Amino acid sequence: MIFLWSILVLVLIVVGLALLLTVAESVLVNYGICTIDVNAGEKSLEIEGGQSLLSGLIESKIFIPSACGGQGTCGFCKIEVLDGGGPILPTETPYISRGERRDGVRLACQVKIREDIKVKIPEDLLNVKLFNATVKSTTPMTSNIKEIRFSLVEPAEISSRVGQYVQIQAPSPDGPVFRAYSISSAVYETNEVELVVRLIDGGIGSTYLHNLEVGDPVEFTGPYGDFIFDEDPETELICVGGGAGMAPMKNIIKSMYKEQPDRTCWLFFGCRSKDDIFYLEMYEEMAKQHPNFHVVYGLSDPQPEDNWEGETGFIHLSLDKMIEADGTKRQAFLCGPPPMIDAVTRVLQAKGLADEEIFYDEF
Amino acid sequence: MSDVSPWAILIAAIFTSNLLLTNFLGMCSFLACSRQVGTSLGLGTAVIFVMVCTTAINWCIYTYALIPLKIDHLWFIIAIAVIAAFVQFVEMFVERFSPKLYHALGIFLPLITVNCAILGASLLMITRNYGFVQSVAFGFGGGLGWLLAIVLIAGLRQKMTYSDVPQPFKGVAIVMIITGIMAMIFMGFAGMVKI
Repeated sequence: MIFLWSILVLVLIVVGLALLLTVAESVLVNYGICTIDVNAGEKSLEIEGGQSLLSGLIESKIFIPSACGGQGTCGFCKIEVLDGGGPILPTETPYISRGERRDGVRLACQVKIREDIKVKIPEDLLNVKLFNATVKSTTPMTSNIKEIRFSLVEPAEISSRVGQYVQIQAPSPDGPVFRAYSISSAVYETNEVELVVRLIDGGIGSTYLHNLEVGDPVEFTGPYGDFIFDEDPETELICVGGGAGMAPMKNIIKSMYKEQPDRTCWLFFGCRSKDDIFYLEMYEEMAKQHPNFHVVYGLSDPQPEDNWEGETGFIHLSLDKMIEADGTKRQAFLCGPPPMIDAVTRVLQAKGLADEEIFYDEF
Repeated sequence: MSDVSPWAILIAAIFTSNLLLTNFLGMCSFLACSRQVGTSLGLGTAVIFVMVCTTAINWCIYTYALIPLKIDHLWFIIAIAVIAAFVQFVEMFVERFSPKLYHALGIFLPLITVNCAILGASLLMITRNYGFVQSVAFGFGGGLGWLLAIVLIAGLRQKMTYSDVPQPFKGVAIVMIITGIMAMIFMGFAGMVKI
């Protein structure tokens, strides 16, 4: 008898609590339809209230970048909220500077739609599209890095700038999530997009991408990114990549040499041992065609069986050795883990590069 | 039923048997959210509110449902289910009717669901045989004591930013040591009130 009562009471209480919460949710969290005004009347969207501004905008086909999936940890989804967003939240303050705060910049994923909202979204982001594509090829580069190429289906062409990225939609138990990946194919390859993806243990995006097979459909949004490439042929380009940070370098170098075959460019690539090296032959081939292209691969932990005769040690040391502080105009693009970015930035500053000439992408 | 006056329980819960410093309950949020006085004050206030309400609700459920049906072995699981649901409800309610308070407490409310001090208060009031008023007094005092402890440590941690902590003790280690010393100081109140 006591068992029966136990189960009955437990079920009753749990069901009661669940019912109470469901009723409370439908009564309390019902904001009706709210109007979102984009760029002072340029667009007017009718969105169901109660959700975050980010998901509301994505629902209306305005693809604001977001790498963390709306958790407020990446700080990518910054937009200007001019009216109706409520006060700034403690979850946003770490990502928003004082100046941005004055302009009303908010993280779209943290703003909840409770009333009519007026926002300002950069023109660039309004041009972002949702692409349907299929996997054209997947090529393992190292034990955990894969090169994955997509052919675009709808729309069939992408017009991107140098150094931009896309956001892949990956399925997860809590619904689709978006993960940002740099485009590694050149900008003139307009009907294909290639990514270089490193498998991360337990990573939703990288696991999904690594398990894709040729012919599988994928969806992504893009292009995003505000890297401004210096077109001046006299400016030396310095690219520094580590691990999967190779992707934007390939995009930049290939796109640039199509237009400016004689431009000076240094590529520094740091990894642990010979097993982590990839694309080296391709770059050496390019270096033969473009005499001003210098390729430096550095191994931080070369194994005895590697027979490596190139650079050893961390990559910023090789950079320090090879780049002269001679006042040449330079632009640098870095992509890799934060400690590498920090070390390389310090070396570049010592070589006379100003902060606005150093672009980086940490992961 | 215990015959201690609710006032004594209130004072005892704040000082002599502080949930945090004598029972070491709620340590996780205590360590994580005690970097700044402002934040810890917000969290502490939310803890007081939730603790008072959940001790009241849980006492009623225990006394009027579990005891008559002789199924008090279900007590733990029901207590935690009630706490979780209540916190969810409060979050929705506050968000709707007081956006200001929501923004002050908002991000702390979900944290409280997993704060063991809340569950501890509900369990202790039953082991100590408190009546309704005593339970609520215990919930209020327990919350207030928790707030006191976290605000004190946050103040110390803020000051500590400028002190020369030996390398091996930096971070959580020194906070644990300070918590220990603070607990010993609170032990000085022991015996003042008996509960």
